[in-house]
Amino acid sequence: MALVLNEEQVMLRDAAAGFLAEKATISHLRDLRDSGDEHGFDPEVWREMTEMGWAGIAIPEAFGGLGYGYTGLGLVLEQAGRNLSASPLQSSVLVAATVIGELGSASQKEALLPAIAAGETLVSLALQEAPHHAPLQCAMSASKEGDHFILSGTKLLVMDAPAADAFIVLARTAGAPGDDDGLSAFLLQAETEGLSVAPGKMVDSRAYGTLTLTDVKVAEDQLLGDIGQASKGLGHALDIINIGLASELLGLSAEAFERTAEYLKERKQFGRVIGSFQGLAHRAAELFAELELARSIVLQALQKIDEGDPDLALYASAAKAKLCEVAQRATNEAIQMHGGIGMTDEYEIGFFIKRARVVQHLFGDYNYHLDRFACQSGF
Amino acid sequence: MSNLEQFRQEVSAWLEQNCPESMRMPMSSFEDIFPGGRNPEMSNPDQKVWCDRMAERGWTVPHWPKEYGGGGLQKAEINILREEMSRIGARPALTSFGISMLGPALLEFGNEEQKREHLPRIVRGDVRWCQGYSEPNAGSDLASLATAAEDKGDHYLINGQKIWTSYADKCDWIFCLVRTDNSGSKHEGISFMLFDMDQPGVTARPIKLISGSSPFCETFFDNAVADKRNLVGEAGKGWTIAKYLLTHEREMISGFGSAPKIAVADMALESIGADASGRLANSVLRQNIAQYQLDTMVFGATMARVGDEAKAAGGLGPASSIFKYYGTELNKRRNELNLAVLGESALGWEGEAYSEGRVSRDWLRSKGNSIEGGTSEVQLNIIAKRVLGLPDA
Repeated sequence: MALVLNEEQVMLRDAAAGFLAEKATISHLRDLRDSGDEHGFDPEVWREMTEMGWAGIAIPEAFGGLGYGYTGLGLVLEQAGRNLSASPLQSSVLVAATVIGELGSASQKEALLPAIAAGETLVSLALQEAPHHAPLQCAMSASKEGDHFILSGTKLLVMDAPAADAFIVLARTAGAPGDDDGLSAFLLQAETEGLSVAPGKMVDSRAYGTLTLTDVKVAEDQLLGDIGQASKGLGHALDIINIGLASELLGLSAEAFERTAEYLKERKQFGRVIGSFQGLAHRAAELFAELELARSIVLQALQKIDEGDPDLALYASAAKAKLCEVAQRATNEAIQMHGGIGMTDEYEIGFFIKRARVVQHLFGDYNYHLDRFACQSGF
Repeated sequence: MSNLEQFRQEVSAWLEQNCPESMRMPMSSFEDIFPGGRNPEMSNPDQKVWCDRMAERGWTVPHWPKEYGGGGLQKAEINILREEMSRIGARPALTSFGISMLGPALLEFGNEEQKREHLPRIVRGDVRWCQGYSEPNAGSDLASLATAAEDKGDHYLINGQKIWTSYADKCDWIFCLVRTDNSGSKHEGISFMLFDMDQPGVTARPIKLISGSSPFCETFFDNAVADKRNLVGEAGKGWTIAKYLLTHEREMISGFGSAPKIAVADMALESIGADASGRLANSVLRQNIAQYQLDTMVFGATMARVGDEAKAAGGLGPASSIFKYYGTELNKRRNELNLAVLGESALGWEGEAYSEGRVSRDWLRSKGNSIEGGTSEVQLNIIAKRVLGLPDA
């Protein structure tokens, strides 16, 4: 497939750019943060986004979506990255709907995906248990008792947890941490007995939660997919999710860079515009080169999802590792090149570095994905 | 049968009959590349036979118009010719600066007489060309070049010195940037001139590089003569042609960054080994290699994207400005990794055990990639100024 956008994709991107730049900007994020909003996003803006069909872009038409594929969703996520737009587009659409699409039975997809696409239900994934992403290290126990399971344990960094209607919880029905076999996914309603959500805000001002499960009783029909066999589908879902997050990092990095390049043309010291100093100009030019590389791997990886490429794991780790590297550099340079004003809360550039580090961390950072890229490459 | 299918059959039959057996063997050394010229260096006399036969049909430069000796072929036909040649393993019949550099410039900027005089001789491989650009005091600041061309009525008298002239000691003619006027800005007053190297006023001396030998020369002009009809474009307007050719050259050099045939990770697994998990045993080296292979993959995706965008939009986007810079830096990283991975054997300089220093000489030669054709620093200046719009110092 040619590495260019088609007409439909360009229209979608432009529509997303226009809407988000008006309705879900950094200024809105700041207001949500300062008002102490529990959910960290504006439900009215989210409703408008779902009315435009964005929650269903990558969901097949058979399940109430638009069936545009992940390249389309990636373009919207890129614009969300540019504007630091707070919404459940990541938690419920990119993450939960993708996991359900990979693991769920036809009737489970029937029950969940149209509701997610319509924005009627917010589902979030509860996977991480330790400081770092390590899906196979999942230790939460799900022991079988009669015709149901008993789940106990703790889950960290559950996106949009305070607003979630339901959670996909990964737990072990067999095996030990590190084993491929024995991982199972369960769908739990938020109000389930024994499940508690401790809300928290992360550095990006978005809402997350720690889930504590104490002897939670789960029926067999809440199992997503086959018992003990979740790891393959989950792995494929995580590849897609990381490519989507790479799209968001691309938009975020490009915006932080463009704002910085503009600042270099305005700010004067020593009687000159500071962008005329080679010490800054060369670093800006190098960053431009890195961003062009980043743009290529993100588009290529998005297309690989829609093509059903069997080597998706390689492209996913390449895209996430590269974008973690570029986002880190772009946001660090953004602060440094802005100088003192870049350190102030009043100026917007500081919001980019905060969101960047969280997205970098989610589902595996640079170190995780560069290691995985090497493994996928055979060394 | 379609016209193209018929063309394929004709090509295939002609190649079968005309391509000498020895020209269907893989090339094993630099001397197997045929550059043409008045006194061509050859590893095998069949090289000349093969070139003459291909040139007869214009197929040494199949995309040039027939009236200038080229093949006059359409894209689809050129692809067929390439496919049929590669099917029997036929070597390129002629590889020259005339084809890749001067020809495109003449087609764009030359007058009819110049095209008719020079292009057919390039197609036939009769004349070997070199490029006279850099001077000892005009490297990155190329426009400050000082080689003088004095107007003598029907000809110019040329005095000065060029440097880094590839194969000047073996070439027949030179396309050369000279100064015809000193009165305006440094970009004005530069002219693009062609002249014969076989004359008393021209001396070329090879330069030995840190990698051992090299194709580069110092070239001296002492009252060398250039016929006025061989001034390309207007006098004083040669900088436009120079820039056109530099873009062209940078695109060729950036190809050095494409993925190499043997993955450096495979070389490392062989020389260092893996741990129980299959990971390369040295984790520091592993990270360096992973980052290099990641960047090579991402650079490849960028070349593909820019190519696809050019096809869709009809022109190269701003991303193409990074090719020369990034491709050459990648190639230097690859060569450093070769040393790190191979260890002792990579440091050999002479002797059969070290393949006469192939690895070390390539490594040293790669240092020039980010200098020749515009240094990395000049490329970054260009990106900062032209793409990002940052002001001049």
